[in-house]
Amino acid sequence: MTPAAPMLEADRLALRVGSRWLCCEFSQQLVAGQCLVLLGPNGAGKTTLLHTLAGLREPGAGRVLLGGRPYAGWRALDAARFRGVLAQQQPDHFSSTVLETVLVGRHPHLGRWGWEGPEDERVAREALDSVGLAELAGRDILTLSGGERQRVAVAALLAQAPQLLLLDEPTNHLDLHYQIAVLDLIRGLADRGRGVVMVLHDINLAARYADQVILLDGHGGVCAGARDEVLQAGLLSRAFGHPLRRYELDGRTTFLPD
Amino acid sequence: MSTARAQLAHVSLSAGRRRAWAVIAGLALAGALALVWALAAGELDIPARSVLGALFGGEQGMAADVVRHLRLPRAVAVYACGGLLAMAGALMQVLLRNPLADPYVLGVSGGAAVGALLAMLLGLAPMLVDGAAFAGALAAMLLVFGLAHGDGSWTQTRLLLTGVIVAAGCGAAITLMLALAPDARVHSMLFWLMGDASGATRPWPALVVMVAGLAAALPCARELNLLARGELAAQALGVQVRRLRYLLYVLASLLTAVAVTLVGSVGFVGLVVPHLVRFVIGNDQRLLLPAVALAGGALLTLADTAARTVIAPLQLPVGVLTALIGVPVFLFLLARHQR
Repeated sequence: MTPAAPMLEADRLALRVGSRWLCCEFSQQLVAGQCLVLLGPNGAGKTTLLHTLAGLREPGAGRVLLGGRPYAGWRALDAARFRGVLAQQQPDHFSSTVLETVLVGRHPHLGRWGWEGPEDERVAREALDSVGLAELAGRDILTLSGGERQRVAVAALLAQAPQLLLLDEPTNHLDLHYQIAVLDLIRGLADRGRGVVMVLHDINLAARYADQVILLDGHGGVCAGARDEVLQAGLLSRAFGHPLRRYELDGRTTFLPD
Repeated sequence: MSTARAQLAHVSLSAGRRRAWAVIAGLALAGALALVWALAAGELDIPARSVLGALFGGEQGMAADVVRHLRLPRAVAVYACGGLLAMAGALMQVLLRNPLADPYVLGVSGGAAVGALLAMLLGLAPMLVDGAAFAGALAAMLLVFGLAHGDGSWTQTRLLLTGVIVAAGCGAAITLMLALAPDARVHSMLFWLMGDASGATRPWPALVVMVAGLAAALPCARELNLLARGELAAQALGVQVRRLRYLLYVLASLLTAVAVTLVGSVGFVGLVVPHLVRFVIGNDQRLLLPAVALAGGALLTLADTAARTVIAPLQLPVGVLTALIGVPVFLFLLARHQR
């Protein structure tokens, strides 16, 4: 990676699912320390866009560059040390302890025959502690609530310790207190120099945490840019199909439905 | 927070692993004891000391001959087949991410049964029945692979549906052949279907395949752990998911094909053993795979010895015994495991 290269770059990117184009071409860059939020109505392609940016699927057109190189130029394990992904769902089919589940994030840091050692265990326990679940390390994940399970998934991503974090609805299943706690944690990582891309549902959380926003309108339209350029009542109302009004409350930008 | 929970939080990783290795050592010992029993028990009762003498001390005489030339090949073949089936079941459960999957769910045993029964119907020699069973298993494996692969999507649902349909087709063919078969042959055909080790006289192929299968699976065991937790997350963590799934499918199918060729469609070992072992040591494939191989071997050896001896001189099909042992043990553990 050349020092000047952005962490992540979408270059004339367009998305296609089957024969349907989800969005027209757009370009956007993310540099270290920034937080990019993907917004849009249901079915607009936020998850598809996140997966494409994460290199988990091929773009319909254009390219995605991770650290200045297309994904094809990365070895899979190197890419996994550079960028980490939080999936929207955590499908659990087998019993496993919380600690083992968090240790999964250490996979790209271990050799083929490597076993998670004391240092990996320390990293995993620290990650659990930072999402407030240190005491649950020995619990079976099948016995957790949805919100606890989501925080375990966030801890696994923290244990992976990537430079760039891509998160698909990190606030899934979380009540208000933990929504803010988890997003503060993620924002803190960005402030200390990591890159963050996340799908959010809530416009006001986007306004609170984003530096940049990509707004998908669900009809192929894309609006990408700095937060205040994109988060405008008119653009949002059109994308979400409901009139919204912008308020400034104690210095915070807030959008409320009419 | 309760103290019990706080204590759990401090269960260290290494303590869990030490326990798992102790379980693996225990299973290896249980397998050795089961093998000694298999060599000692039968119409001619041979004391364990003479068994060991025949194996390691160069003892001569009829008892030693019985041990070395009659019982040893069958016992080793059965042990290896138990290991193969249990390992294939564990791999299939990861591939389909379904703890209820067994080695037969994708039609490999159905294909083998069609081959074997057709050969029996035609009155071919036992050697050719084995060959036909193996050919049938491979044919089913390739058919399911080809159909499920189709446009390249190769999704789990498509794989499962294709396998289940091919298995159902094989089931129909089996019923048809049983209906058409002359009475004199139906008995041996039914025995084959239930799983019968009396024809297992060549131990080496199964043993070699079992060791080779473990050697192929263990290097990617940590990746299997990730795949079991979901394809997307595994891919994001650097696993070559598509390649790994091909390997899993081919490996699980081949292990099953070899076992089914030698001992027929013995039920329950492939489903129950991975579960039992998972209850005890967890779902880390690096520990689970060797443990299930040893546990499957021990269980099938015990079952086959019991099948030979409980109502001697009559022999039961070993598949009946594995079900009789496996089902209650499984239900007991399931009930105890619930929290």
